Amino acid sequence: MTIVKRLLVAAVGALALAAPALAAGGDQHHPEEHTWSFEGPFGTFDRAAVRRGFQVYQNVCAACHSMKLLSIRNLGEKNGPFRVMPDPEHEGEVIEYTNPNDNPYLRAIAANYIIVDGPDSAGEMFERTGRPSDRFPSPFANEQQARASNGGAYPPDFSVIVKARHQGPEYIRSLLLGYGHEVPHDVHVAPGQYYNPYFPGGKLAMPPQLREGIVDYEGDIEATPEQMAHDVVAFLSWASDPKMEERKQLGLMVMIYLFIFAILMWFAYRAVWANVEH
Amino acid sequence: MSGPSTYKPSTGFERWLDQRLPIVRLGWDSFVDFPTPRNLNYWYTFGGILAVCLMTQIITGIVLAMHYVPHVDHAFASVERIMRDVNYGWLIRYIHANGASMFFLAVYLHIVRGLYYGSYKSPREILWILGVVIYLLMMAAAFMGYVLPWGQMSFWGAMVITNLIGSLPIIGGPITELLWGGFTVGNPTLNRFFSLHYLIPFLIAGAVILHIWALHVPGNGNPTGISVKSSRDTLPFHPYYTVKDGFAIVVFMLVFAFFVFYWPNALGHADNYIEANPLATPAHIVPEWYLLPFYAILRAVPDKLMGVLLMFGSIGILFILPWLDTSKVRSMRYRPMAKWFFIFFVVSALILGICGAMNPDDPSPFFGMSYLWVARIFTAYYFAYFLVILPLLGFIEKPKPRPASIEEAVLGPRAHAAPAAAE
Repeated sequence: MTIVKRLLVAAVGALALAAPALAAGGDQHHPEEHTWSFEGPFGTFDRAAVRRGFQVYQNVCAACHSMKLLSIRNLGEKNGPFRVMPDPEHEGEVIEYTNPNDNPYLRAIAANYIIVDGPDSAGEMFERTGRPSDRFPSPFANEQQARASNGGAYPPDFSVIVKARHQGPEYIRSLLLGYGHEVPHDVHVAPGQYYNPYFPGGKLAMPPQLREGIVDYEGDIEATPEQMAHDVVAFLSWASDPKMEERKQLGLMVMIYLFIFAILMWFAYRAVWANVEH
Repeated sequence: MSGPSTYKPSTGFERWLDQRLPIVRLGWDSFVDFPTPRNLNYWYTFGGILAVCLMTQIITGIVLAMHYVPHVDHAFASVERIMRDVNYGWLIRYIHANGASMFFLAVYLHIVRGLYYGSYKSPREILWILGVVIYLLMMAAAFMGYVLPWGQMSFWGAMVITNLIGSLPIIGGPITELLWGGFTVGNPTLNRFFSLHYLIPFLIAGAVILHIWALHVPGNGNPTGISVKSSRDTLPFHPYYTVKDGFAIVVFMLVFAFFVFYWPNALGHADNYIEANPLATPAHIVPEWYLLPFYAILRAVPDKLMGVLLMFGSIGILFILPWLDTSKVRSMRYRPMAKWFFIFFVVSALILGICGAMNPDDPSPFFGMSYLWVARIFTAYYFAYFLVILPLLGFIEKPKPRPASIEEAVLGPRAHAAPAAAE
C-alpha cells in the first residue's frame, strides 16, 4: 500500500506544480463561482429572477439568439415563471393560472409576436398575432441570414444552452461579464471581434451586451450588469431544464422509498440467513 | 449440479401443463431449488443487477422509441420534445441515458469479479466467452444509442468509430459504406443505427439466456474457487440468494436514482446538447466514459490500422483468456503473486480511462510524461498481463493452501468433527 500512497503523493505534487504553469499561459479563464437558487438537491428556480431574466432575453438576447425548442406556453407550465402570479386585486395573494393558454401574462407576451401561419383555404400564408401555444419565433429565417447579419458568426440557439456548456450557469454569467480585460499581447483581436478570456480562444463576435440600464426592471431592483447576468442565466437555466424542480421533488420521494426498501431488504436478508453459516 | 428435478406439480393444472410444456419446472429448477454455493459474497450479486439493468434499458427504450424521430432534421428536437412535452419523458430518458452508464458500471464489476475469482476457468470457458460476447454487444448498442440524440458528440463519435473500421484492409471500406448507407455519416446512418440499436438488446437478451444456461450446467463458481463437493456446500437459490441479490439490487438502484434525479448529465458530455453540425468539429472528441480505456489504447499507437487492431485485440484477447491462464488454482485468494498483478491490472485499466479522456499531448501528473506515453506504458501492461504474466505465473507461483471444500472454508475444521449428515 505504501507504493500506492507514494504514487498518490507524487500525483498531487505534480498537479500542484502544473496548475500555475497552465494559468500563466494566458489560456481560457475558469468561470467565476456564483451562488444560484437552483443549486443543490433542494434548489428551486427563483421565479422573480427567471421573469426578469426573460425580460433581458426578450429585450437584449432575442435580437440575435433563437429559442426554437420552447413555446410561449412553457412559461406558464408547472413550475414555470408565469404560472403563479401576484393577484392584482388582492394584495399579498397569488393566482395560479393552471391553463397556460388562458394566462393573461402569456397572452400579452404572445401578442408581441407576429406569426406566419397557413396555408389558409386559398393556399396563402398569412400573418396573425401570436398565441401562447406558438413556439418562440426565431430572429433570423435561417443560419445563412444569421451569419450575414453577425459578421459571419452564428449566434447559438438558447433552448438548451446551459446544458450545452461545461459548468453552464457559471460559464454564461462569466462570459456576459467577462469583457473589458486587457488583451494579452499574443492575442490579435480583429475588427468585429471582442476579447473575452472566458470564451474558448478568447475572441468572439458578440459585443458586450449588458450595459447599465439597457432593461427597465419593475420595482426596486436595479438593472446592473451583474444583476442582469444573474437573472438571464436563471432564465436560461430554467429554459434548458424546465423539469428540474419536478425531478428533484420526485427524486426525494424515490430516494426515501428506496432507502426504506433497502433497510427492509437488509433485515429480510439477515432473517433468511440467520441460521446459515456462510 | 443440474441434477434430477425436484419440482412436484401440486395442482391438476400444473400436472397437465408439466406434461406438455415443463416451463414451471424450468423456472423451479433454475431459480428456486437451484443449488448455489453458500459462500457467495456481494461481488456475486452483479449478475442479478445486470439482469435488472437490461430489463430497465429495454422497457425505457421501447417507450423512448415511441416518441423519437430517427431523422437528421428532427432527431435532436424530438429528444428535447421527450424531455419537455412527453409525460415523464424527462424521467424515462434520464433513466435510459444513465442506465447505460449503470449497466457498464455493473458489467465492469461483474468482469472484475470473474477475473479475480477465476470464473473463466474450466469448466466455465463457454460461460465466460458468452459473457465477452454480451459485453461486445453492449458496446455496440451503447455506441449506436449515443448517436441517436444527434448531438455533436453523437455525430463526431460516429464519424471517428466508423472511420476506424474503414482502416481495415480490403473489408474496411465496404463495411464502412454499409454502416454509413452512403459515403459519410448522414441520415441513412442514423436510420440504420436506430434500427440496430433496437435489435441489439434482444440479441443481448438471447445471449444472456445462453449465459445463464451455461452457468447452470457447472453451477456457480465461488470465492474459494473450490468446486461444489456435496449438498452441504450449497443452499437453494431461493430464498437465500433471491433475498441477497434483492438487497444488492435495491442498493444499486439507490446509486442509479441519485444520478437520474440529482446528477443526470454528469456522465454525459455537454457538447451533446449542441445539435450535430458536420461543418464544426468539437475541440475534443471523446467517447462515453465506459469506452475511454479502449480509446486510449487506440490512440497509443501511431499507426491507425495497428491502433484499431490493438483496440479490438484488447477485447479479443478475453476470448482466449481461459487458455492463457495456466494456473490450476481458480481463486486469486490463494494466488499470492497473481493477486497483486491483478490489482495493478485494474489500476492500469482505470489510468487508461483517464488517458482516454485527456489530450494525449498534455503533460500528466505521472512524472510530467505526456498522456500519450502514459497510455503506451499501461497499454503494454494490459497486454502483458494476459500474454506474459498469466501464462508464466501458472508455472512460477506457489499457491497458498486451499480448503478441502466450501463447507470447510465456511465452517472451519469443525466441519470434519461433526458427524456426516445423511446425503
